[in-house]
Amino acid sequence: MNFEFSEEQLMLREQARGFLSQESPPSVTRSVLDGDTHFDANLWQKVAEMGWTATTIPEEYGGLGLGYYELAIIAEELGRSVAPIPFSSSVYLATEAIMAFGSSAQKNKWLPGLASGDVIGTLALSERSGRTTAENLSVTLENGGVSGTKTPVADGMIANIAVVACRGSAGHVQLALVDLAQDSVDRTTVTTLDPSRGHGKIIFTDTPAEVLGDGEVSWSALEALLDRAAVLMAWEQLGIADMALEQACDYAKQRFAFGRAIGSFQAIKHKLAGMYVKNSLARSNAYHGVWALASDSDSLQLAASTARVASTQASLFAAQENIQTHGGMGFTWEFDCQFYYRRAKMLSLALGSERHWQNRLVSALQESHANAA
Amino acid sequence: MDFNDTPQEAEFRADAADWLANNQLTDGDREGKTPLEIAKLWQQRKYDGGWACIGWDTEYGGRGASPIERVIWDQEESKYDVPSRFFVIGQGMIAPTLMVWAQPQHKENFLPKLASGEEIWCQLFSEPAGGSDLAALRTKAEKDGDEWVINGQKIWTSQAHYADYGIIVTRTDPTVAKHKGLTMFIVDMKAPGIDIKPIKQLTGESDFNEVYFTDVRIPDHYRLGDVGQGWTAALTTLMNERLAIGGGGPGADVKLALEIATLVEIDGKPAIEDSAVRAKIADFHVLEAGLEYNGYRAITALSRGELPGPENSIGKLVGAPKLQAVASFCMDLLEESGIVWSDGDLLTSLAQRSYMGAPGLRIAGGTDEIMTNIIAERVLGLPQDPRLDKGIPFNEVPTGN
Repeated sequence: MNFEFSEEQLMLREQARGFLSQESPPSVTRSVLDGDTHFDANLWQKVAEMGWTATTIPEEYGGLGLGYYELAIIAEELGRSVAPIPFSSSVYLATEAIMAFGSSAQKNKWLPGLASGDVIGTLALSERSGRTTAENLSVTLENGGVSGTKTPVADGMIANIAVVACRGSAGHVQLALVDLAQDSVDRTTVTTLDPSRGHGKIIFTDTPAEVLGDGEVSWSALEALLDRAAVLMAWEQLGIADMALEQACDYAKQRFAFGRAIGSFQAIKHKLAGMYVKNSLARSNAYHGVWALASDSDSLQLAASTARVASTQASLFAAQENIQTHGGMGFTWEFDCQFYYRRAKMLSLALGSERHWQNRLVSALQESHANAA
Repeated sequence: MDFNDTPQEAEFRADAADWLANNQLTDGDREGKTPLEIAKLWQQRKYDGGWACIGWDTEYGGRGASPIERVIWDQEESKYDVPSRFFVIGQGMIAPTLMVWAQPQHKENFLPKLASGEEIWCQLFSEPAGGSDLAALRTKAEKDGDEWVINGQKIWTSQAHYADYGIIVTRTDPTVAKHKGLTMFIVDMKAPGIDIKPIKQLTGESDFNEVYFTDVRIPDHYRLGDVGQGWTAALTTLMNERLAIGGGGPGADVKLALEIATLVEIDGKPAIEDSAVRAKIADFHVLEAGLEYNGYRAITALSRGELPGPENSIGKLVGAPKLQAVASFCMDLLEESGIVWSDGDLLTSLAQRSYMGAPGLRIAGGTDEIMTNIIAERVLGLPQDPRLDKGIPFNEVPTGN
């Protein structure tokens, strides 16, 4: 047993952290938040040049052929820097969907562009308030045309392609691969609480599309794809959680009240210790999650949903209590506390809410106990 | 990163499993014996087979096993119903203290008998006026020739009523600041002048004691470290305590909650289908799994030569309140019959025993609040509270009643 990253992987972390502190300081996130773009194209370009978008794509498709450990490390660092780029949509979701379900022709067509970052992909799943499910899915795929509305779609305004969850003519679930640069695709901006990651509403009207893979994709296969993405998302959330904790600690050491650093008051220090405890447990669960992902373990559903719930809880708590620790200044536009607060909530709902993943976690637990009995 | 055994680890696991299968306790072994006698029998058998305290050096009765091999052994041993709780304090906390601070002849004498379970030890730290503020302890030790004379009182001392030896922290100089005037000793618990009174806990059981010292004499060679070095020596014990007791052993857990939630109904459907029940169980699993994998990360760090740090306080800080919460939740699932104590029914009595025992675990070995301070100050580097007794001679520190 060895429950730690390798030397090379830890070096990658150091390199990624150095790169992002240079290229993705808070001012980059702030300029997207203040402006009217949906992402920072310059940062996306540089991240792609680093090869990060190509991490897990096989070399035959222009990728680096590295593993999920490397991708998890990058995810955490992107979380720490609240990077305003469509990395999770394009890499954990669109790229992974094409690698999991695509035909070799589809892989040849799309993976090189996704690897180089020239193509931005996303997954279009949500259609309504409340969770979109196999039962209520309404976007259709008939005779090669997709029709219906997906909203909100993360990075939907800038994506070149979307993997769209659809209902086929026989009522079964299918994934459609849609080139979004078509006249029959109507996109409008959806204003969200995290404008540093733009979202869109996409209306398809008999939009020409190809079926991903060779036909039907079961809902459980789609959920397995989301499990895999959830592990990586958990690492990104962990980055948010740790940065929020670090920011709160720094502030509590410098800010004086009643003649002493506020970090010396137990009301504050116990709050921060509570953040540390949640973050540590989330990190350990994320370790197990990425091991399960990288080793294609049978326990992936349990490992992924545990990591996801832990990171969601840790990142929301840390982001909330970071603002609280800062007092009034934490509530200003000027301070960066808001970045973590916004991104933590946005990531906690991408892929499904805490309640959804708690439910999925217990389903996996029930199954493992039934198997053990 | 790899969660699976290496070939060598797999071989070690097979050896351990093999030995356990061939040497496990039988009903005959247990018959007519007290839990302590059974525990001693099992410990001696492990010692004779070379499987006791396997992480210790061979000269002390161990086998020099790696941290990961220790985990593997614990995993394999935990598949059997074997007693261990009598040795946690001696082997987990006191032995590491002796290894650092005792004179060589005492290490050679005492450590093998700790490993074999022949001798039971207790830890004489807390006092009526020194619990969370341990360094405020007052039990006096005064030098008289080659001996020290001990007077005072200890409290919450687990196992004192059947211990052979103990380690005791005393005040040897009340005229210096409180942490500086302490000295630690080995004490023979059968020495004249020691009076032991069991304390009845809220569970009705008596696991720990008050221990009174009246002119108890200790030879100087039983001193652990220099005069005035007692606080540093005590920290060795306390750091190992946090590693040794962790989440507090078996009790109500996610597995139990799942079993009960499958058996009982809410509104005519199995409780496990209720979304509020599922959310709670998921949250408990996040804590339980997080602690388990935290442990594996710590073991990996240990096996790379890193020292255990204050971050290990998490185990107890999360584990004890979790035990209390899971136990309470399990009883809730049973509705009004949750309060019924049914010794024959494992499902319910485990929840109830855990519920009643958990308050003690949240206090013993450092309260939740002290553990939280340790994380805040020693892991996160936040400033200490202002301390009114800081730098003041101990005998000038204000005291209450």
